[in-house]
Amino acid sequence: MIRTCDELVDLRNSLSAQRDGNSRYVAVCGGTGCRALGSEGVFGALESEIKKQGMDDQVTLKMTGCPGFCEKGPLVLVLPEGLSYQGVKVEDVPDLVSKTLVGGEIVESLLYADPTTDEKIAYESEIPFYARQRPQLLGMNSRLDPTSITDYIALEGYVALSKVLSGMSPDDVIEEVTKAGLRGRGGAGFPTGAKWRITRDVPGDVKYVICNADEGDPGAFMDRAMVEGNPHRLLEGMLIGGHAIGAAKGFVYVRAEYPLAAEHLRIAIGQAREYGLLGGNILGSGFDFDIEIVLGAGAFVCGEETALMASIEGRTGEPRPRPPYPSVSGLWGKPTNINNVKTWSNVPIIIEGGAEQYAQTGTERSKGTKIFSLVGKINNTGLVEVPIGTTLRELIFDVGGGIPGGKEFKAVQIGGPSGGCIPKEHLDTPIDYESLTALGAMMGSGGMVVCDEDICMVDLARYFMTFVQEESCGKCVPCRLGTRAMLEVLTRITEGEGQVGDIEYLEELAQQIKQSSLCGLGQTAPNPVLSTIMNFRDEYEAHIHDGRCPSHACKPLIHYSIDLEKCTGCGRCLHDCPAGAISGAKKEPHSIDPEVCVKCGSCYELCKFEAVLVE
Amino acid sequence: MESRPRFDVSEIEDLLGDGKDDGDRSLMAVLEEIQARYRYLPKDALILVSERMGVPLSQTYSVATFYNGFSLKPKGKHVINVCLGTACIVRGSRRVLDRISESLGIQPGETTEDGQFSLETVNCLGACALGPIVVMDGDHYGKMTAAKAKKLLAESFPEGVGA
Repeated sequence: MIRTCDELVDLRNSLSAQRDGNSRYVAVCGGTGCRALGSEGVFGALESEIKKQGMDDQVTLKMTGCPGFCEKGPLVLVLPEGLSYQGVKVEDVPDLVSKTLVGGEIVESLLYADPTTDEKIAYESEIPFYARQRPQLLGMNSRLDPTSITDYIALEGYVALSKVLSGMSPDDVIEEVTKAGLRGRGGAGFPTGAKWRITRDVPGDVKYVICNADEGDPGAFMDRAMVEGNPHRLLEGMLIGGHAIGAAKGFVYVRAEYPLAAEHLRIAIGQAREYGLLGGNILGSGFDFDIEIVLGAGAFVCGEETALMASIEGRTGEPRPRPPYPSVSGLWGKPTNINNVKTWSNVPIIIEGGAEQYAQTGTERSKGTKIFSLVGKINNTGLVEVPIGTTLRELIFDVGGGIPGGKEFKAVQIGGPSGGCIPKEHLDTPIDYESLTALGAMMGSGGMVVCDEDICMVDLARYFMTFVQEESCGKCVPCRLGTRAMLEVLTRITEGEGQVGDIEYLEELAQQIKQSSLCGLGQTAPNPVLSTIMNFRDEYEAHIHDGRCPSHACKPLIHYSIDLEKCTGCGRCLHDCPAGAISGAKKEPHSIDPEVCVKCGSCYELCKFEAVLVE
Repeated sequence: MESRPRFDVSEIEDLLGDGKDDGDRSLMAVLEEIQARYRYLPKDALILVSERMGVPLSQTYSVATFYNGFSLKPKGKHVINVCLGTACIVRGSRRVLDRISESLGIQPGETTEDGQFSLETVNCLGACALGPIVVMDGDHYGKMTAAKAKKLLAESFPEGVGA
């Protein structure tokens, strides 16, 4: 139990003294991505191998959070050198321990290899994926065990809280956050300081703060990585916000699909209570604050703030009109301040380093860094954190390593079901809230799905409309029925039944849905359609006028055949074909019966000789 | 069907505790626990929860049917979940779903007649580097193709998977 700010300093000093900067430290990524690739097994193997080779008194082994490079997992980082091992398997562990930890040598086979030159790169800081990032938020993930409060405290954790509680008034804190220029990282970009100010100034004895960790945008997983990897920083941000706003209670609404994040958060809250950093009279300041977790139950609309609050209150997660905004009348009718995981997690950084330092990163109107998830048809899938204002080209080609398989870049879809597709003409656009909106997309959660030439933009628009149809709560008509009407038209177009005037009809429907829907889900739902019409109108026209899908993606408009020159008659496609449409003798060119073919595309995916043609 | 835990009134009563909880909010928590225990929300459990918590059955039903995480139908012994997030979609997860659906002989959202398999979809698991992803009984299988999915089913269930 820490009773005062001085006691916290003492604890930190003794913890830092134990954590000698020169000692050997091995971090195994324990994020969901690396776990799925087998990092828990690697961790177990390292634990026993280190013991077996007698290194357990010289090496600290930790299961840490996600540093972002999911593509190359399971990741193992060796400190203090910063040696980065990738794709580590259980069978690599004996070598890793004997060569690197005992012998001080590098295991070449586990290093990152440059995809163009094949040159091996040993150190994390020199790998292009990391070298161009500014990991203010994610950087700490690989340095601590997220289930250990002492790790966080040793690394200057809760310094910002103690700074606030020992000498900053709520007004000082709000002023600092305002000066830092922090804008809501949930996507809309509302100035955080201004939001806090409103909630503070509304009269009322009971106020709440909420962390929106209902990260539902498909393709975005930075909030998960942050809650899983560094839950105490989130708690610290909420504590500071609670103090500034005048709240004694906070809620974190976590998506049920993120069980590990919820578990790490539960552990962190338990530890913070035990250490006296949550509860009554925190650090002897007289400030009382506690945090509770609420698990979602699988409803995308609950990411909308009024629906989220309804869900916390135990009701169906249906949104309600605003105003009144949550700042005025929120959870159980009380003034409530809702921010996203990243927004809250930025707060300790601002307080600790000061607003001026924080505001040095970013653009004129948008300060700080932003985490993006680079996914889809890209070489380096993962999470990247860059200063706001970085261009799309730098992100996708320099950090992301470009498009796999020698394919052409076509578009990047930003902002999920509320966002849009940006074509290659705009790759040099610096990314900030305003520039993305101008291009018909939006910052949103920061999910970036990279599309290559094989992705049909009409089909992608249809995918998002299917998503919205499933997730629309049904309360308001424009969203419930309007998006269904749009989906019907899009389906018709992708099936080759498009009619002249369909594009204009979609545009008209889109405007009506945007203007008359109740909440953000409906108001932004037409964006993926509008942005693809704006940037890829020719693809819509090819479907409608020529009955042709230029990307060869829409099933009813394509057919598969086999290139007799390239086919070796290996029989792989023949054995796999679920329809039995492929025939041919062994080592003789095969053929596809178009009458039987169900166009599943499996043969195209399977063929190693590029002998399956799609037209 | 026999392997599914049978609905037990005393267990639900344990979950409800002493009924002093803070109003509405615990309704969802209670339903989540019942769902986790039985893999669905039995009708009698909903009636019991409503009575004991003093919540109209209509409201309990409304919450139970609004969220995707709740199911009013029993789930199969094995749950196969195919990710249809954007990142998985652009890498061909629909082909994977189609193949599994065909192998099991059921559509997404359905359970095989023998109660062995449920096929579900999810809108993103946030493990996009592994896309397309299939989660089978809690284990992740990454970079799937239709052919790999067929092989995975054949290897995991050598006795066959229905259709």
